[in-house]
Amino acid sequence: MDLGSINPDLLVAALLLASTPILLSAMGELVVEKSGVLNLGVEGMMIVGAVAGFIAAVESGSPALGFLAAAAAAAALALLFGVLTQVLLSNQVATGLGLTLFGLGISSLMGQGYVGIRPPASPRLELPVLSDLPILGPVLFSQHALVYLSLALVVGVWWYLRSTRSGLVLRAVGESHEAAHALGYSVLGTRLAAIAFGGALAGLGGACLSLVIVPQWTEGMTAGRGWIALAIVVFGSWRAWRVLLGAYLFGGVSVLQLNLQAAGIAIPVELLSMSPYLITILVLVIISSDKRRAQANAPNSLGRTFHASG
Amino acid sequence: MIRLERRPAPSRAWAWATPLLAVLATMVAGGLLFAFLGKDPLLVIRTIFWDPVLGEFAFYYRGQLLVKAGPLVLIAIGLSLGFRAGVWNIGAEGQYIMGAICGAAVGLAFYPLEARWLVFPMMVLAGGLGGFLWAMIPGILRTRFNTNEILVSLLLVYVAEQILAWMALGPLRSPDGSGFPGSRNLRHYDAAANHELIAGSGMHWGVVAAFIAVILGHVLLSRHILGFNIRLAGASPRAARFAGVNPGLLVLTCLGMSGALAGFAGLFEVAGPAGQINIDFNVGYGFTAIIVAFLGRLHPVGILLAGFLMALTYIGGEAAQATLGVPAAAIQVFQGLLLFFLLALDVLTNYRIRIDARARA
Amino acid sequence: MKITLLAAAAAMSMGLPAFGGSHGDGPVKAGFVYVGPIGDGGWTYEHHQGLLAVQEHFGDKVETVYQENVPEGADAERAMTQMALQGADIIFTTSFGYMDPTINVAAKFPDVKFEHATGYKRADNVSTYSARFYEGRAVQGHIAGKMTKTNKIGYIASFPIPEVIRGINSTYIHAKKANPDVELSVIWVYTWFDPPKEADAAKALIDNGVDVVLQHTDSTAPQAAAAEAGVISFGQASDMSEYAPLPRVSSIIDNWAPYYIARVQAVMDGTWESVDTWDGIGPGMVEIGEITEAVPADVKAEAEAMRDALGSGEYHAFTGPLNKQDGSPWLAEGETADDGTLVGMNFYVEGITGEIPN
Repeated sequence: MDLGSINPDLLVAALLLASTPILLSAMGELVVEKSGVLNLGVEGMMIVGAVAGFIAAVESGSPALGFLAAAAAAAALALLFGVLTQVLLSNQVATGLGLTLFGLGISSLMGQGYVGIRPPASPRLELPVLSDLPILGPVLFSQHALVYLSLALVVGVWWYLRSTRSGLVLRAVGESHEAAHALGYSVLGTRLAAIAFGGALAGLGGACLSLVIVPQWTEGMTAGRGWIALAIVVFGSWRAWRVLLGAYLFGGVSVLQLNLQAAGIAIPVELLSMSPYLITILVLVIISSDKRRAQANAPNSLGRTFHASG
Repeated sequence: MIRLERRPAPSRAWAWATPLLAVLATMVAGGLLFAFLGKDPLLVIRTIFWDPVLGEFAFYYRGQLLVKAGPLVLIAIGLSLGFRAGVWNIGAEGQYIMGAICGAAVGLAFYPLEARWLVFPMMVLAGGLGGFLWAMIPGILRTRFNTNEILVSLLLVYVAEQILAWMALGPLRSPDGSGFPGSRNLRHYDAAANHELIAGSGMHWGVVAAFIAVILGHVLLSRHILGFNIRLAGASPRAARFAGVNPGLLVLTCLGMSGALAGFAGLFEVAGPAGQINIDFNVGYGFTAIIVAFLGRLHPVGILLAGFLMALTYIGGEAAQATLGVPAAAIQVFQGLLLFFLLALDVLTNYRIRIDARARA
Repeated sequence: MKITLLAAAAAMSMGLPAFGGSHGDGPVKAGFVYVGPIGDGGWTYEHHQGLLAVQEHFGDKVETVYQENVPEGADAERAMTQMALQGADIIFTTSFGYMDPTINVAAKFPDVKFEHATGYKRADNVSTYSARFYEGRAVQGHIAGKMTKTNKIGYIASFPIPEVIRGINSTYIHAKKANPDVELSVIWVYTWFDPPKEADAAKALIDNGVDVVLQHTDSTAPQAAAAEAGVISFGQASDMSEYAPLPRVSSIIDNWAPYYIARVQAVMDGTWESVDTWDGIGPGMVEIGEITEAVPADVKAEAEAMRDALGSGEYHAFTGPLNKQDGSPWLAEGETADDGTLVGMNFYVEGITGEIPN
């Protein structure tokens, strides 16, 4: 097979950026699920982040302010979910789906005056010296700031969950909310904080689409990426490193299939368009077929309602 | 301080009152939203909730409520069985698509044979089988390889969408369509068409199937050992294992049943209201049905009611768009608000609000 | 039975003064059914601009209603029925997938006029209309062939349907005429609207050496990718002038307003009849957006001359000699393609590599 015109360096650079919105949202959802909460509203939070970030960036002229606004708006929406599910004890699955419906609607109401506008450019972050390295330089050290931020977050989340006291409490709450409550930890506070964090990251993921990758505002522009982020958390079996792997695998195959088409490789297009989903399933089957370890990492209290009685 | 105290048993009075209260609260909140958008709130709310049922053109809308609620209820009944047992089928949308493709393919293969007694039943079987087999993929991967069914069923929705596009552009494309995508219209092929049973009523076989599913679902859950096993496995997987429930078989049963029902829904839709396989055939019934299942508290009768309520907001919402110029997005927000209020106020059914004595002291 | 019931009810409702449907006593009511949101910045956006133009042109004499995000199938039938019941006199259904629903509903409301975009089924009260976008593609193809330095141009295509294939062929034919060394890469994204995927597709083309990007999808995402990579692009469906002068050097604009105004006028005058309209640059349904100064003056002059020749009918975008991809002859020297072949076009012309998926 002649892969002639495909340039591997450019391919890697493209996949790093293309995977970032999914990676950010999935890292947020990972923390939420680790605390025992299943929020299916990622798509809704992403799109609200996308529109809020876009509006703030256009009005202020500053992409940085846009990202902050995106995180804040999506976190606020997530807290609505938090209050409903944690204080009013509503069903998490249905509330999450409702959040997606609500988010899609409210985002298009908010964005009505912002169609067809070009946002201020978010410059690439050229790391001095490193970006001048041959081959590796342009690929690894000349990306948008969000790419580095998302990678830093993977390390941060991994370290936080594994090595900090507060991360331990969060995991305990996710494993057994009764036990954590009995030990005197605040289940409600921990979960609300996790939910807000998850919302903020989903918002950043959305803004990454509307300010960096696309960049423009159109209704429904997340086009299902929030759902993929949810799937990637499961793919990663609730481990930060495997979520990273999953996001890059999915993003990588998506970008690769387009490149194969551009290079004129004779593989049926129908098959190529399905390939990101099929390959993700296949890889998960292979790594989860080890019965002893699989699913051991899923938080025990995931999706269950907690009420501190008495 | 205010706190919640669990009732010894769910309050029957509140179980009926909370949905009404939620609808009222939504009317107030939604009314504010519509007023903010410069629309007459009373008029919009009347258009959404009143006109489709009792308004001037209700003779048409009532039938449309059945058309819209039918697939939602049919799919949600199947999903509720799995959700009760802790089996997470998020991919009903994909099973719905595959049911439609398989059923339509069988019907088109018989074209132009005019033997309805043969063609239509074969299509129904193929539709159910298509959904069943598509749901078996996450089922078998879960039982054989321990692969999480949430991920597999969800990702298979996207695969099914790609297959749908391929079918509409390739193998099932109408030979008389001069190169345009889309299959022959099954409604123009009498042996395969899922016509209305009483003209103008909206009642087609899919709606009948939904009602049958509600009854069978109720019998299954309240009278049958399988229903007992499902409830037991959901409440306590360990207890279920001690009671001799085979967990693998239960997963396959739940996924299989929900897949088959979603497949039926797809077939009845493609042979009836939709008419043809096309790139954009699916419109999200499989996802909305998840909301319907939980809104109905996973209870067959509750699902029936929830299905009609969701259908009402769709039909009424469209009417408000077309007659009053309310943006589609505002209707989505309104539906979201309705869900939030329904879900949040449900707390009153199971809990009592208490002003804590310690706070006063 | 259903048909008579509904028709009777419709007739009754039309008779009511509140729904004054007949012309003369009250405004003409025009309904529009859209497949996407009016904020999509492309296909639906331009149809909605047409609605606004109708409203502006007729003022109080017309009442417009619309419904967005209407899925094809049962939901579309309901949207149209609803508009007809509420007394619409003319209903524009603006997506190919509305074809069978339009025909079905039209049969139940013989007094309501229907206008279906991009389809081929007509009835006494159903007209069809579409635009010859391929004429615009010819102009773009010429500019692309002249402007490319790498001799590689890229095309982001949605679904393999005749409409899209016509555009690819027209682009390639004219790029090849302008530059015999040109190669065309096509990426099928299998979606009309997925901005991040469209952006990724544009990047994939650029990474593979393409320096002119054309698109047949609805968002401006490829424009931004082209801007960042410093290659050129063309606006699609709407002008996308926020990306001028570079990367967007020109555009194809769908201008439905003149047609919509004429058809509503015909209803008012009682002269409406079922027609099949397929208009191009000449009547103004397809417009070529401003060619920017990034294009050299001589190329711009050639492109404008081609635009004018296409508009006057002096030149046809598919003029022989042309062979099909497999080398078999299609059009002889000087022969032009008939509309029948163009409407159902399902083959590439000679020189394009790759296959049409199906």
